[in-house]
Amino acid sequence: MNEFANRKIYITGFFVLVFAIIVGRLFYIQIVDSYYKRTADQNAMRYEYQYPARGLIFDRNGTLLVGNQTVYDIVVIPREVAAFDTTALARVLGMTEAQVHSTLNAIKAAAKKNAAYQPALFCRQVSTEAFALLQEKWFKFPGFYAQARSIRAYPRRLAGNLIGYIGEADTASITADPFYIQGSFMGKIGIERSYENALRGKRGLTIYMRDKLNRVRDRYAGGAYDTVAIPGANIVCTIDADLQEYGEQLMQNKVGSIVAVEPATGEILTLVSTPNFDPELFIDVHRAGERNALALDPLKPLFNRAVMAQYPPGSIFKCVNALVGLQEGTVSVNTTHACDGGYYFGNRRVGCHRHASPLNLIQSLQMSCNAYYCHEFRGIIDKPEFGSPQAGFAAWRRHVESFGIGQRLESDIPNELRGLLPTAASYDKMHGANRWKSATILSLAIGQGELGVTPLHMANLAATIANRGYYYTPHVAKSIQGGKIDRRFLTPHTTTISREHFAPVVEGMYLAVNGDVGSTARWTKMPDVPICGKTGTAQNPHGEDHSVFICFAPKDNPKIALAVYVENSGAGASWAAPTASLMVEKYLKKAVTRKWLEGYVMNANLLPQNTQNGAAKKQ
Amino acid sequence: MLIGIVSVYAAGFNEDNISIFDFANRSGLQILWVGVACLIAITTMTIESRFYNLFTGFFYGFMLLLMVVTLIFGKEVNGNKSWLSFGPVGIQTVEFMKLATALLLAKTMSAYGFKMANMKDFLQVFLIVLLPFGLTLLQHDTGSALVFSSFIIVFYRAGLKPWIVVSCIFLVFLFILALLVEPYGIVIIMGVTCIGIFVAMTRKYRAALILMGIITVITLALHLGLAQLDIYIDLYESLLIAHAAVIPLGIIYAFWRKIKSVLLIIGFFIISIGTTYSVDYVFDNFLQEHQRRRINDLLGIESDLRGWGYNVHQSKVAIGSGGFLGKGFLEGTQTKGNFIPEQSTDFIFCTVGEEWGFLGAALVVGLYLLLLARLLNVAERQKSLFAKLYGYGVVSIIFFHIFVNIGMTIGIMPVVGIPLPFVSYGGSSLWAFTILIFVLLNLDVSRYE
Repeated sequence: MNEFANRKIYITGFFVLVFAIIVGRLFYIQIVDSYYKRTADQNAMRYEYQYPARGLIFDRNGTLLVGNQTVYDIVVIPREVAAFDTTALARVLGMTEAQVHSTLNAIKAAAKKNAAYQPALFCRQVSTEAFALLQEKWFKFPGFYAQARSIRAYPRRLAGNLIGYIGEADTASITADPFYIQGSFMGKIGIERSYENALRGKRGLTIYMRDKLNRVRDRYAGGAYDTVAIPGANIVCTIDADLQEYGEQLMQNKVGSIVAVEPATGEILTLVSTPNFDPELFIDVHRAGERNALALDPLKPLFNRAVMAQYPPGSIFKCVNALVGLQEGTVSVNTTHACDGGYYFGNRRVGCHRHASPLNLIQSLQMSCNAYYCHEFRGIIDKPEFGSPQAGFAAWRRHVESFGIGQRLESDIPNELRGLLPTAASYDKMHGANRWKSATILSLAIGQGELGVTPLHMANLAATIANRGYYYTPHVAKSIQGGKIDRRFLTPHTTTISREHFAPVVEGMYLAVNGDVGSTARWTKMPDVPICGKTGTAQNPHGEDHSVFICFAPKDNPKIALAVYVENSGAGASWAAPTASLMVEKYLKKAVTRKWLEGYVMNANLLPQNTQNGAAKKQ
Repeated sequence: MLIGIVSVYAAGFNEDNISIFDFANRSGLQILWVGVACLIAITTMTIESRFYNLFTGFFYGFMLLLMVVTLIFGKEVNGNKSWLSFGPVGIQTVEFMKLATALLLAKTMSAYGFKMANMKDFLQVFLIVLLPFGLTLLQHDTGSALVFSSFIIVFYRAGLKPWIVVSCIFLVFLFILALLVEPYGIVIIMGVTCIGIFVAMTRKYRAALILMGIITVITLALHLGLAQLDIYIDLYESLLIAHAAVIPLGIIYAFWRKIKSVLLIIGFFIISIGTTYSVDYVFDNFLQEHQRRRINDLLGIESDLRGWGYNVHQSKVAIGSGGFLGKGFLEGTQTKGNFIPEQSTDFIFCTVGEEWGFLGAALVVGLYLLLLARLLNVAERQKSLFAKLYGYGVVSIIFFHIFVNIGMTIGIMPVVGIPLPFVSYGGSSLWAFTILIFVLLNLDVSRYE
């Protein structure tokens, strides 16, 4: 066999190769790949998080809107359960004896050997009375414990849509932000979501070592890596709780929205979207059924109409067209147009209601003449200096855009819509390149056609006119504990319209409420506060017109500007105007004296007929 | 020479202590086993060396008998019926069977006139290995059974034709390939390989290209062309038919051009495809469910980290979390938490990897290599053929244990329950390895007699 002596080398070589592979593999899994280290930490360490109290939310006057409360979950450690009085436990927890048995059996079945040392949820959110009873009787129920949990509390039960709610973090958030882990809570909509980072605070962490049976052994590294929980920051919001509450009462049994802002600051005083929901639905585990019903409600209570619904502005847009015309010099305060029940061009007609004729600019706003604005709008678009209707349109669009229309206002309310402001390109697409003229797009003259604004846009328009030419981005955060509100809320946006052009428009709006016969909203005027307003009736191809009203008050140095939108309720003067007027009274006078008007609005049920039964039950 | 053994011994003993620190009785017992092992070592050394040569046949026969007895009366541990109890003491007979086989192989192969190339001689030694292999399989101890395959190293050293070794390796390769790749993929791979070999041997590029063209055209015609006529033949069958069609062409070509290698390549192709075809059958019908899963897990075909993939995954996690320097003696979070099953026996290497890190693990691996190198040296310097072959037997067994055991803890080998020499907890294996090595030392001491 000596002739094969050189095979010793091959064999040795083979051994060396195999051992090199082993060392290489060791190098890879021990040094190169960090996956195993991470898994090992998850394996052997038990991270116990201390969730800090979430920040509180106050209204502008210091009223608590959102607080915290402690509730208790009953948990059970299957291994520690001994014989106990099931009847007594069932009675305390308000369960049936059979439920106690089946729940316990299910937990035991799920918690095979390894999880038997882990607390498992037995009964969620027991009442305070039940917890008090249990406190005295723990010794009777070995293996059962109470686990405190902090949930939201809503002392005023207001503004569900605006404040929002919190829920368990979804997978996307967990992957995007390491702050969230399975089962942690986060703001889902509204203020809870937009100020999540401030409200959530900082989670505390205690690391324990554990073995494969999940038994905790001791603190990892003597607690060197543990951190302390830091409570969330409190937020004072710009909402006036009383006004908000009043707005919600006025809007009950109506579909629509009220947005009120303080013109001088852009602070949102009230933001109502109806139908709304009771925020407590989202904290009470026993009301999951009602919560699920919200999502299926045809009136979409979870949909924040104030920023997410887009409507044609209707006649309130005449204010904008008047301002643009004045700025472009195509109309003056003295320009008059006759109205013969409408505006005629070719074989088409834009109808108008009965009013005195002819009218000047101020009167046209006071009486909301459609024909006047058809003349006025065509005057802008066809202004000879522009050379073409396209150039005229571009100039008009630039002015309108400066009011924040057709773009997100970038408030701090999530999911704000940008609205709709047509572009020349979109008309080119519709009619062919440059094959359209002022008459083609005449609907824009009276706020119809390809225009869409949210109630927030409308309130902002009211604030802009109240300010005579500029606005602050509307927002709901007034101050954040230990932080600052965003700079964008402190810089004014100036429109392209010169300040002097606002005077006649304000005058027209003043007369619309306070004028004589023919003024559109004169029946809603306040005896001692000059309200300036403009009605609108947005045509709705799907049913009854929408009632719109924007206003601000007082006329000089305005304190409040607001927009009211009531869906499917007819002319602006009928519902939106009185609602707005009552809101102004409530805000400026703190009490409403016009009880007849209040009753008229509050008691009206303007919900679509087919949903009335369901809605009535909810109220 | 002793230093190597002693250091591994010491290292092994140490590691053992760590992993089973919680179970005082186990580490205590292991110390007892080590004591016994020392006695055995001394006894082994004092016995007259010729005794081993003379009584080999008797010992082998006795062990075979014991294996059968174990099979019938044995105690079942973890599904393996490989334990024989003598009152309180349990013995794993297979551990000593390896020793007996190594001895008898050495004796048979050192007999005058023995030639590996001789068919009769080859069958004889093959039978010596096959008998204990079969019995171990019957005991459901696949891991230990596979250890017997390591004697191929002894055969190779004694003159086994290299092509047999190469084909064995190739068969293992085909086995893995068959599990990993879809059938049509294998046909393509094998086809390309064969044509590649053909080109490499004859440099006839044009013929190769034409061949590939024909196969491609036929395959596409069958698979896609006939589909137009609503006759569907899947890709695998189309490829097979195409290859079958060109085989006669190849044979004609071989005779025409008088190139014998073409015939060999064709034969190789047919056998390979046949083998891979049978692999699925063997895999599905001969292997047990847990073995199939372990192989699937290893090849990354499917895994279940909480179920049957748990062992290997936890083992990799423990070792992987060790980092460069390890977590330190008794600081291993994974081993301390008992996440790894069998961590004092088969998965002992995890403790080393986790607590001593890459440095410690590499050191242990290095020591093992050193031990093997020393043993190889000892084997090579033997004057008597018997001692030399026995030495190779020892090397083969120990190498296989180390390779497979460490390999499975780091996920490059399927999980089979065989211990890590001198480190894993267990009396039988420790004693068997002790005897294995000390018999060789005994022979070595008396090599000039």
